[in-house]
Amino acid sequence: MATQTQKQFFQQLKKYYSVYTGGFIGFVILLAIAEQMGLTPKYIGYAFLFATISLYAVIGIMSRTADVSEYYVAGRRVPAFFNGMATGADWMSAASFIGMAGGLYIQGYDGLAFILGWTGGYVLVALFLAPYLRKFGQFTIPDFLGERYGGNIVRSVGVFAAILCSFTYVVAQIYGVGLITSRFTGIEFGIGVFVGLGGILVCSFLGGMRAVTWTQVAQYVILIIAYLLPVVWLSVKITNFPIPQLSYGYALQKVTEREKAITVDPKEIEVRTIFKDKAAAADAKLKDPAAAYAADKAATDRKLADIKKDKKATPEAVAAAEKSAASFPKDVDEAKKQWAKDKGLAARAAPPRPHAEAFPGKDEAAKNTARLNFLALVFCLMVGTAALPHILMRYYTTPSVKEARDSVGWSLFFIFLLYFTAPALAVLVKFDVYTHLVGSSFADLPRWIASWAAVDPTLVSVKDINGDGIVQLAEIVLGQDIIVLATPEIAGLPYVVSGLVAAGGLAAALSTADGLLLTIANALSHDVYYKMLDPHASTQRRLTVAKVLLLVVAAIAATVAAQKPADILFLVSAAFSLAAAGFFPALTLGIFWKRANKWGAILGMLAGVGITFYYMTLSQPWLRELFYGIARSVPVKPEDLWFGISPISAGIFGIPLGFAVIVIVSLLTPAPDKKVQELIEHVRYPHLKGSAARSS
Amino acid sequence: MQLTERHREYWRKNVRLTVILLAIWFIVTYVVGFYARELNTITLFGWPLGFYMGAQGSLIIFVVIIFYYARYMNKLDIEYGVAEEDK
Repeated sequence: MATQTQKQFFQQLKKYYSVYTGGFIGFVILLAIAEQMGLTPKYIGYAFLFATISLYAVIGIMSRTADVSEYYVAGRRVPAFFNGMATGADWMSAASFIGMAGGLYIQGYDGLAFILGWTGGYVLVALFLAPYLRKFGQFTIPDFLGERYGGNIVRSVGVFAAILCSFTYVVAQIYGVGLITSRFTGIEFGIGVFVGLGGILVCSFLGGMRAVTWTQVAQYVILIIAYLLPVVWLSVKITNFPIPQLSYGYALQKVTEREKAITVDPKEIEVRTIFKDKAAAADAKLKDPAAAYAADKAATDRKLADIKKDKKATPEAVAAAEKSAASFPKDVDEAKKQWAKDKGLAARAAPPRPHAEAFPGKDEAAKNTARLNFLALVFCLMVGTAALPHILMRYYTTPSVKEARDSVGWSLFFIFLLYFTAPALAVLVKFDVYTHLVGSSFADLPRWIASWAAVDPTLVSVKDINGDGIVQLAEIVLGQDIIVLATPEIAGLPYVVSGLVAAGGLAAALSTADGLLLTIANALSHDVYYKMLDPHASTQRRLTVAKVLLLVVAAIAATVAAQKPADILFLVSAAFSLAAAGFFPALTLGIFWKRANKWGAILGMLAGVGITFYYMTLSQPWLRELFYGIARSVPVKPEDLWFGISPISAGIFGIPLGFAVIVIVSLLTPAPDKKVQELIEHVRYPHLKGSAARSS
Repeated sequence: MQLTERHREYWRKNVRLTVILLAIWFIVTYVVGFYARELNTITLFGWPLGFYMGAQGSLIIFVVIIFYYARYMNKLDIEYGVAEEDK
């Protein structure tokens, strides 16, 4: 009888979401027709923004609930397949959606660390955590730590670590929402942030996990359509084959050929030499700034005087000389800034980096350090993935252990659809840039360049450096985000698809922000308030506290995001290392080693997070300035690094230390009591007949 | 409750499978990653092999590992009488 209901529920969900997907496609087609009839891009942007947010709002309101289990774990009846979709949306953030393909475009093989790390982590989730956490069957991750190791100290350390890694992450998501809304509708960034905040709250406020789950499924559908459609189109255009993941090998070969040709092309070398000379000149001037400033100023003034005396000079030449005299740096400091910037042009003096080459470096030692850092980063991202509370929490929502196992498979499958497309997208866009844009004339640049440069000059800039009227690769600067944003236009699709991509990016950012906010608010309301402060609180009171906290956390996160904090990207990657070192050892040993005890867990978590954070303060310029007062412009010396590991992979030290401390301290202190032993047996077996432990 | 020998056997089998799959995961990610430069000298359908493994090959193997684990364990549950009763 009951199975029947679960089955019916699944059928019903399938029907709802099929209708929903059809409806969404219909909406896009309607907008496409409207565009042909003259609807302007600005209104298409608005239409997507408001239509999708109101859709999420409707789902959010329909899923409102006053039941604790519904609020925290969606009533534990989310089928594996749909939990997989929800996890996919929960997992893929604005950075995955918009930034990842761009990272691959710029970094080539090295960018694959993120692809590998953010998928391979699910193997760890499947093998070590998901089924056992589901069997445990409570509400949060600190909950498990608290029950397994006993006592409020472990629980508090867990709450602290959960908030630390989730908060930086949620700020980045809200920042992403602000950026996307402001780029596509032209509204101001600050307002965009609060529009986004509204979008996030309508999904989670009334219905908690239940509402977040069903909106995340809806958001997954939108984001995957928005990601795949332009790539498939581009693939057909370039390779005449609609499955880019199978066909981009051909494009990669062409790109490699072009890279070789561009490296030796005389015009390209000419542009690179201009950059090299400019950088060298700036470097020389920086050695004696005062003298160089005086000499430069005298030269500019003399040129202006000469040209004014010259009767044959055209008015344009006079105007140009006047302009360069007027824009001349006012003092040495300003000039120094300009020179420092010019010195940075040295980076553009290098020939293109071969896309598929692994671990480039100037000598064997540099190549080995690059390889070590690549593997360390992959490791930290994988273990971090298996330790982020907002992901692990999702496996509490399935009806059974069996479905939790299946659900990890579906999660990775849905994530995989996007992640194994991203490398193809990067190569296809590179192919288009290297073969069509490079070598074309400045007179007929494609339209997307001008339109995106107008939205944000850091996204794209193409300038004729050597004045030959032809585009050289060295003259093109592409920002990371432009790759995904401009794909529809590169593929020759109408603007409506660009709007769709924006809606996809928005869905990715909103869904991740929802999951994170709920994690933070639940850690506070369930673990701190209910479990530690007031265990007798009524259901109604618990839910009220949970909702109030959700609003408070959301408002704080949005306020931080509106300040446009610097180094937000570093903080996000740091979250993975911190989560990995803090949670992973305590969670896995808690399940697989009965002897692990309270003091081992407490000290192990603190040691793991501590060493990870300490290494970051040593090796990350911004944190170093904060803690030791060393100006961030001073480069980090290689001898300050341990084994040459970059700060982003600091978890490589914290994870083993965390394991070691738990093992050593546990062995030195008494074994956990019988009740804990029984709890471990309880989570290891999906069903123990006659077991006294509580049923799920 | 007291665990029977069969329960212990179930758990041993689970741990063994976990270790085997973890070893595959390790090889696919780290050993293949370590030798990416060498593998890149082999080209398959236009892709240098090292690059292909990082971009797609490993991902496919990850998905297969997880679904295989789920299938194997769900069967093992029934075999050893520890499957959840249908609710």
